[in-house]
Amino acid sequence: MALERSDVEKIAHLARLGLNEADIPRTTETLNNILGLIDAMQAVDTDGIDPMAHPLDATQRLRADSVTEENRRDAYQAIAPAVENGLYLVPKVIE
Amino acid sequence: MQWETVIGLEIHAQLSTQSKIFSGSATTFGAEPNTQASLVDLGMPGTLPVLNAEAVRMACKFGLAIDAEIAGKNVFARKNYFYPDLPKGYQTSQMDLPIVGKGHLDITLEDGTVRRIGITRAHLEEDAGKSLHEDFHGMSGIDLNRAGTPLLEIVSEPDIRSAKEAVAYVKAIHALVRYLGICDGNMAEGSLRCDCNVSVRPKGQEAFGTRAEIKNVNSFRFIEKAINHEIQRQIELIEDGGKVVQETRLYDPNKDETRSMRSKEEANDYRYFPCPDLLPVVIEQSFLDEVRAQLPELPVQKRERFESQFGLSTYDATVLAASRELADYFEAVQSVCGDAKLAANWVMGELSSLLNKDGLEIEQSPVSAEQLGGMILRIKDNTISGKIAKMVFEAMAAGEGSADEIIEKKGLKQVTDTGAIDSMLDEVLAANAAQVEQYRASDEAKRAKMFGFFVGQAMKASKGKANPGQVNDLLKKKLEG
Amino acid sequence: MHQLTLAEIARGLAAKEFSAEELTRGLLARIHQLDPQLNSFITVTDEPAIEQAKAADARRAAGEQGALLGAPIAHKDLFCTEGVLTSCASKILSGFKAPYDATVVARLKAAGAVSLGKLNMDEFAMGSSNESSHYGAVKNPWALDRVPGGSSGGSAAAVAARLVPAATGTDTGGSIRQPAAFTNLTGIKPTYGRVSRWGMIAYASSLDQGGPLARTAEDCALMLGAIAGFDPKDSTSVDQPVDDYLASLNQPLAGLRIGLPKEYFGAGLDSRIADAVMAVVEELKKLGATVKEISLPNMQHAIPAYYVIAPAEASSNLSRFDGVRFGYRCENPQNLEDLYKRSRAEGFGAEVKRRIMVGTYALSAGYYDAYYLKAQKIRRLIKNDFVSAFGEVDVILGPTTPNPAWKLGEKSNDPVAQYLEDIYTITANLAGLPGLSMPAGFIDGLPVGVQLLAPYFQESRLLNVAHQYQQATDWHKRAPAGF
Repeated sequence: MALERSDVEKIAHLARLGLNEADIPRTTETLNNILGLIDAMQAVDTDGIDPMAHPLDATQRLRADSVTEENRRDAYQAIAPAVENGLYLVPKVIE
Repeated sequence: MQWETVIGLEIHAQLSTQSKIFSGSATTFGAEPNTQASLVDLGMPGTLPVLNAEAVRMACKFGLAIDAEIAGKNVFARKNYFYPDLPKGYQTSQMDLPIVGKGHLDITLEDGTVRRIGITRAHLEEDAGKSLHEDFHGMSGIDLNRAGTPLLEIVSEPDIRSAKEAVAYVKAIHALVRYLGICDGNMAEGSLRCDCNVSVRPKGQEAFGTRAEIKNVNSFRFIEKAINHEIQRQIELIEDGGKVVQETRLYDPNKDETRSMRSKEEANDYRYFPCPDLLPVVIEQSFLDEVRAQLPELPVQKRERFESQFGLSTYDATVLAASRELADYFEAVQSVCGDAKLAANWVMGELSSLLNKDGLEIEQSPVSAEQLGGMILRIKDNTISGKIAKMVFEAMAAGEGSADEIIEKKGLKQVTDTGAIDSMLDEVLAANAAQVEQYRASDEAKRAKMFGFFVGQAMKASKGKANPGQVNDLLKKKLEG
Repeated sequence: MHQLTLAEIARGLAAKEFSAEELTRGLLARIHQLDPQLNSFITVTDEPAIEQAKAADARRAAGEQGALLGAPIAHKDLFCTEGVLTSCASKILSGFKAPYDATVVARLKAAGAVSLGKLNMDEFAMGSSNESSHYGAVKNPWALDRVPGGSSGGSAAAVAARLVPAATGTDTGGSIRQPAAFTNLTGIKPTYGRVSRWGMIAYASSLDQGGPLARTAEDCALMLGAIAGFDPKDSTSVDQPVDDYLASLNQPLAGLRIGLPKEYFGAGLDSRIADAVMAVVEELKKLGATVKEISLPNMQHAIPAYYVIAPAEASSNLSRFDGVRFGYRCENPQNLEDLYKRSRAEGFGAEVKRRIMVGTYALSAGYYDAYYLKAQKIRRLIKNDFVSAFGEVDVILGPTTPNPAWKLGEKSNDPVAQYLEDIYTITANLAGLPGLSMPAGFIDGLPVGVQLLAPYFQESRLLNVAHQYQQATDWHKRAPAGF
């Protein structure tokens, strides 16, 4: 399943990673090398095996429904790139 | 060509927990921007989610109420996409193993027909924040207070066939979540939001047409308008030789139209996968039994009881059972006056229009159930007529006291003394001698029409207090005499 | 004083031979003097460290005791430390002074440990050479032209160079054990869920686990005892009592059943490392252990499975670095998409971007089953292998790495070659098992590590075996020349 340039562009877009035109061929080649390594697993017989998402067979613990957080907006926004009137600013969201 | 509409709805109900689904932040509506956004809600690096027990309980309540399968195990998954109101770059939701499986809900249409709508699933997920578009020097502002508010997304089967049915279904879900106490149902604040999947197909065709999704329609009225508009748009499009494209559309209530929201070149690939920060949620049977035992009487059960116990029509019973508070009010009126039909008429008639006019909820009614029931008793024992009752009702609404007090104070007690009515009628006939002549000279058909005139004059003369039945009888005798 | 182990420091502080402040000032001076040649620290927190040391001295003067009270440590720079730059060695976290402490950090603080600063690492813990750091490569104190291993390379270099007696690290595919092996240290990756991940910036959530790097098993026991335990803020944290690791160090090894997986000794392993492993086995036999060959038949599939699962989780975990609420934001974004794409393209380094792209691809429509789901099934096969192996033996022993530390730059243009070096360590992460690496000799002056694996939650067993071995040998006592 070798990737082509258009695949790499699509993946980069999904991941919101800007691509440098000049780097695309090399990126494509490196990704294909990695996928070559990964593709070795296609030969493994996994029929009837349940996928395993977590190492332990544990189950989710539930939290009591109570408010434990207080307003720390100033501290949290002190490290933000752009804020105004308590809002995080981003280039205009067009809908 | 005859067209058939196919509608499926996705309803997002904000669960009325105290804290968020994965953090201990408050969920209060309308707080200052970002003051209810904790480390977890902001997606700060290193933070982790822990699931709110109450959100799970509420989802189970809903599942039991729609007779759904509730799997022993449900799993949270990440839905990956970038948007400024989505701090982590993924929404924690459920995909393959939702908490609530297949169920159904019965809805009643205006003509009293009951239809069963299938519910495919309902799953837990976190709400996103809000983008505010007022101008910050060409920028948008992001408020993450809402981010992480628990949502139950309720997905219907494509069982709905008209905009009216869609509204009836949303109303039924609205009533249900309010009955269960799991969502405040406040559509203006976005506590209950609706996405409508609409498609059309030639009548008789089995395959579905291509559907468009209308996002975030936030009132019963808009749901009906948006769907009707979309049906029309699709039919016209196809009849003009065009094709419906699968896309997301937005309803604009100002223009009463839907328009395409996102260009479709951006095919979404959400890359769902099980959230590694959350473990499978196990629902024990004993827990479900406990939740089931605490379920209140639900709208459908209540409607059926109102029909069988009180002999109400399906429509009346549906309207009264639509909200728990209204149903409780009705039952309180009924228990005071002992007459369910009169109670239903007054609650759905005068009381509802009074509340509507002043924009009040039933809990804020200026006329208590005891007052209304007391007044109906006076109608039943002929103390007042229905017409006088309306005056009494208005006076009660104005805070002038109980029906008895008002009747007493204003002297509204109905005149039932035959002698008094008799002499009053004599005066009325004497004052309208010409009409009496005319009446007596007329044939049967004409007389019937004229009779009402005399009744009106008589009631006017008695200031409405004369017993209408007695007036009728005596008047007839006198005129025929 | 810099030659003292944590345990020795604890005794010295208790006996009032020196104060925490003296110790801290001494080590800070040493860091400023020696670290420029290693680049193991990203941030040195001089003033807060001295304040913490004074506070520890005051607590001790007030009668408080505790092995870590006043003990100097340092944190891998992916543990959030309130008010201190927490960078993950990435440009994208420029200026990110974390607004809170990680649970590991908070627990060590509560125990009175003095944090000297934040340690260099591979960017977002992705790497095994510490060359992918935005803050520059870290050098191995045993050979300055060689890598210290990674991703906890700064932790390893700093402890090996005696700049600090112990440090925290994290291990997603070997990131504690491999650098420990490359720098003659003892490092333990606990069972998944034993140490809280709250505040530990995620690489791959179902694989990540925090743990200590130190010079001895005893010091690891001290550190792990302080950081392990249930944390309600981490849903994957396990609510199970923590063993008394120190108490079990001295149990005799008589009857210990050691398993040697035959797959560990195949092609690709430096034969001199194989010899070192067998020498350890001989030593443990002398201490009463028995040895048995076992098989982990699916081991060879671990690398492909790991390089699907870890990047898949990472691709999602790293989406929050978007230039909106914290960290790096590109100059003059033209629109929202530009903000995302440039902030992330400029903020992440090459290896991080590669893994995000691999992971994005593995999860994308049409490939999910062939990649992600397949890898998860292999993950179960690997776990099953261990479960049956541990039916026969108490610990599994083998090399930590196939080769000793390589030269800086040697593999930096060949990601696949670097990935293959993880072969012995990643299985423990996939299965969630505890693993420890300990010093076992040298090849041409470069340290060799031996890895021990145990059943779930048997960290005490690993520490016990390593400690007993370290009582009988002195590899772990050797220091790199010049440090």
